[in-house]
Amino acid sequence: MTDTITATSLPPGASQIAGAPLVEMRDICIAFGGIHAVDHVSIDLMPGEVVALLGHNGAGKSTLIKILAGAYKADIGEIRINGEAVSIANPRDAKRYGIETIYQTLALADNVDAAANLFLGREIMTPWGTLDDVAMEAATREVMGRLNPNFRKFKEPVRGLSGGQRQSVAIARAIHFNAKILIMDEPTAALGPQETAQVAELIKQLKAEGIGIFLISHDIHDVFDLADRVSVMKNGKLVGTARTSDVTQDEVLGMIILGKVPPGAMPGPGASH
Amino acid sequence: MTDTTTASTPVPSSRPGSPSAPASAPTSFLGALELDVRFLGMIGALAVIWVVFDFLADGTFLTPRNLWNLSVQSSSIAVMSTGMVLVIVMRHIDLSVGSILGVTGMIMAVFQVNYLMPTFGFNNPAVMIGTLAAGIALGAAIGALHGFVIAYLGVPAFIVTLGGLLVWRGAAWAAAQGKTIPLVDDNFKLLGGGADGSIGAEWSWIVAAIACLFIAAAAVQARRQRQRFHFPLKPVWAELVIVAAGCLAVIAATLVVNAYTLPPALARRYAEAAGITVPPEGISISFGYAVPVLVALAVGIVMTFVATRTRFGRYVFAIGGNPEAAELAGINTKRVTLMVFALMGMLAAIGAAISTARLNSATNAQGTLDELYVIAAAVIGGTSLSGGSGTIAGAMLGALVMQSLQSGMVLMRVDTPYQNIVVGIVLVLAVWIDTVYRKRFK
Repeated sequence: MTDTITATSLPPGASQIAGAPLVEMRDICIAFGGIHAVDHVSIDLMPGEVVALLGHNGAGKSTLIKILAGAYKADIGEIRINGEAVSIANPRDAKRYGIETIYQTLALADNVDAAANLFLGREIMTPWGTLDDVAMEAATREVMGRLNPNFRKFKEPVRGLSGGQRQSVAIARAIHFNAKILIMDEPTAALGPQETAQVAELIKQLKAEGIGIFLISHDIHDVFDLADRVSVMKNGKLVGTARTSDVTQDEVLGMIILGKVPPGAMPGPGASH
Repeated sequence: MTDTTTASTPVPSSRPGSPSAPASAPTSFLGALELDVRFLGMIGALAVIWVVFDFLADGTFLTPRNLWNLSVQSSSIAVMSTGMVLVIVMRHIDLSVGSILGVTGMIMAVFQVNYLMPTFGFNNPAVMIGTLAAGIALGAAIGALHGFVIAYLGVPAFIVTLGGLLVWRGAAWAAAQGKTIPLVDDNFKLLGGGADGSIGAEWSWIVAAIACLFIAAAAVQARRQRQRFHFPLKPVWAELVIVAAGCLAVIAATLVVNAYTLPPALARRYAEAAGITVPPEGISISFGYAVPVLVALAVGIVMTFVATRTRFGRYVFAIGGNPEAAELAGINTKRVTLMVFALMGMLAAIGAAISTARLNSATNAQGTLDELYVIAAAVIGGTSLSGGSGTIAGAMLGALVMQSLQSGMVLMRVDTPYQNIVVGIVLVLAVWIDTVYRKRFK
């Protein structure tokens, strides 16, 4: 199976991009009241790479990624950014390392407008220490103009926006602050086909800029073509990791459903025997 | 200023470098004014209440005297309601404000009588400043304690402040073994209003002039800011209408408070004391704005600034809208919660200063049931109990509505139990109307 591109001595599941990984999560564990939501999982991400994190609902994908985003603190395990061990205790820490997250729930404050959401926690201030709403609105108009040129509702609470518009506000928030690592949790769940294509285009563009992207999905068809590698989780454990060039969609589906690892993939602790 | 001057012309689209074209010009008269419909509705409701009471109470309601009294009676609740807005916006509640008012009022009186007066002497300005500072610091500390237990120990605000309601009422009793403590400092008593605690006609006009300048300057500043980024602007006539309406309201209020004059006998005595020669036809001395009203207005302005122009205010609203999102955005929600309750405590202390000064003494029962009036004022003023929305101005207007109902019924000689029945029904009715409004128009 490994007769693809110059895979001379590359082990299965390793990235084709050489150099130090942008992110390494090693041996991560977290339990909630006796349930091991994430159980000794290790994944990594290179600059300019898209890694899809797949698995059923409840497989532990979102939890794992929330540890990287600073929303949860791992019980055990190590996170390395650019080879250096880091401690991410809260979302603020994560953002300091250039980790931006688009949550499945979008995590928008519905009662305030797009600009307030985009800059939430990182407001632009005037020299007098007050909110510079006009400057924030201007920046929002600019970034939204790139993502969603038809967007007009700058003064309205985001409650009044459509699903796609809300999604673009959440994406705008993640890319506006020069992210190095982007986490997208089910980014196309609320979108129609046209908007989904738009997001795919955006992912390619960001990848070309050297941003590393974790793409989380329960639906393999959404992400297979976009991803360089896939890591599959099941019941909190890592089933395995594979380059998308080494495996077929059906094989990955087997990993998701049965935990069966094909020859082209590196098995993890969650692989069935 | 090359932008539109009439409503019919569309707002010119932004310059080429601008990323997105602005929305088209507003079409309706009210739309162009960009006014808060709910706020206008409240002013309308207040006007209806006033006119109906004036009719039912045989013309005694809409008199300068009654309106002046109404303004003074509303100030303490109005001050506290501004803080309650933020508490409720954050999806919490504070049932302890009446008791905090009681204990801070009592401690301020005891501190003034037993320590500050003997130290600094009679009517030394330091006595007033010291009393206020001690009260506000105590209020902030009590509020911060509540906030700490709520945010960091995870006890629901309802329970913490219910406990606070009992604890601080008891503490108020303990501070003076239930005695009533008369205030001694004349400067401090000015905070309560009355003939001395009012600023007179001349100063009232000065305040009015400053207020009008402030309204105009705020409009110009907002417009400049939007021009800076070539955003769509309101038509100039709309700006003028709003500034004119604001100034007219200020002038009308000033005319009313200046029309309330001292009774002739008191005026003569006052004039003689001040060394003014009294003409034979008698002298007319206006009350002007009462000090507590000015305090309440100042608090309202500061709190509006805090709620809309500062990071803290933005976080309060964001947390109220979606606590989880605020947390994920890196906001320290626990600290903000603690600060909101500390602020509420400070405002309760200011309310205590006003109401003790008004009574000239601190009593054990002071502020009893105030928490309910404060919550009612905030809710009538459009603060949603589900969190995330509310305005300071609305809450202060709500306080005025509550006080108008009570004052009007007193003038109609309605007995207290029946007053409570009416106030209770109005509260429920107001929230129901608000709920319907939100469903239909939001």
